[in-house]
Amino acid sequence: MNIEWYIVLSSLLFATGVLGILLRRSPMVILLCLELMLNAGNLALVAFSRMVGNEQGQVFAVIVMVIAACEVVVGLGLIVAIFRRRLPLNVDDLRELRG
Amino acid sequence: MEAVVFFVAAIGALGGAIGVIAMRNPFYSVLALIVHLFSLAALFLLLTSAFVAAAQVVVYAGAVMVLYVFVVAYVGGGGESAWEPIPGQRFLAPLLAIALFVELSIAVLGSALKALETDGPEVSAGFGDPAAIGRLLLEKFLLPFEASSILLLLAAVGAIVLAARRREAEGEAPSKHSPTRLEGASPSAPNA
Repeated sequence: MNIEWYIVLSSLLFATGVLGILLRRSPMVILLCLELMLNAGNLALVAFSRMVGNEQGQVFAVIVMVIAACEVVVGLGLIVAIFRRRLPLNVDDLRELRG
Repeated sequence: MEAVVFFVAAIGALGGAIGVIAMRNPFYSVLALIVHLFSLAALFLLLTSAFVAAAQVVVYAGAVMVLYVFVVAYVGGGGESAWEPIPGQRFLAPLLAIALFVELSIAVLGSALKALETDGPEVSAGFGDPAAIGRLLLEKFLLPFEASSILLLLAAVGAIVLAARRREAEGEAPSKHSPTRLEGASPSAPNA
């Protein structure tokens, strides 16, 4: 398979993640869509690493996975904190910081 | 054969991604994301990166998704209200997403990278296996490796600080508490 296919698939997945973030209201689903976008980036990194014939891009992908895990842990901690304070789990209601 | 595996995995990844944003219940969204992650692992295997595929399945589909399932079970799914506080958002958002996809495709495919239309160079059998990645992580990328371990520690401590119960805050506004919280707090009150 040409590397092109992987890159096009990766941009399609990224656009899907953006669409989810624009459409959904629940912070949990928005975190899932962030995961989609990070994974699309990972796919592009690995595909380019295969294209160059060098493993360093795969190391980048592993580091991105670590970052994604950190983001998930902190994001889910925030969601649990929001839930504990009886605030609505809806990003359109949590708008006090919007200015 | 390779093309068949690619298209099956690509359909799985795309279907999982669409499932994540289409499902109303967050629990089903998490399950769709697991399908997406397994399909991506298959794509990584096609790109001869065995270690990234294994890490994807073990770390993501294993550990991170279990965390998600626990939080969904704790917070409870559903209850997503009307979809559009901005008028027409339901129609504008897909337009923006399609525009982004076209733009990304043009940016990458128009980049005149000649190797894009090849399958990549011939690589040895050990390309992307754990030994090669481990050697790179511990030799060339030692500093990012250690920095990411510190970042993981910070994230764990931060999550505990964020999600821990605050006794002072609980005492201030008892009227806002749900019945389940009061039940949980009442057994300790007579003892104290």
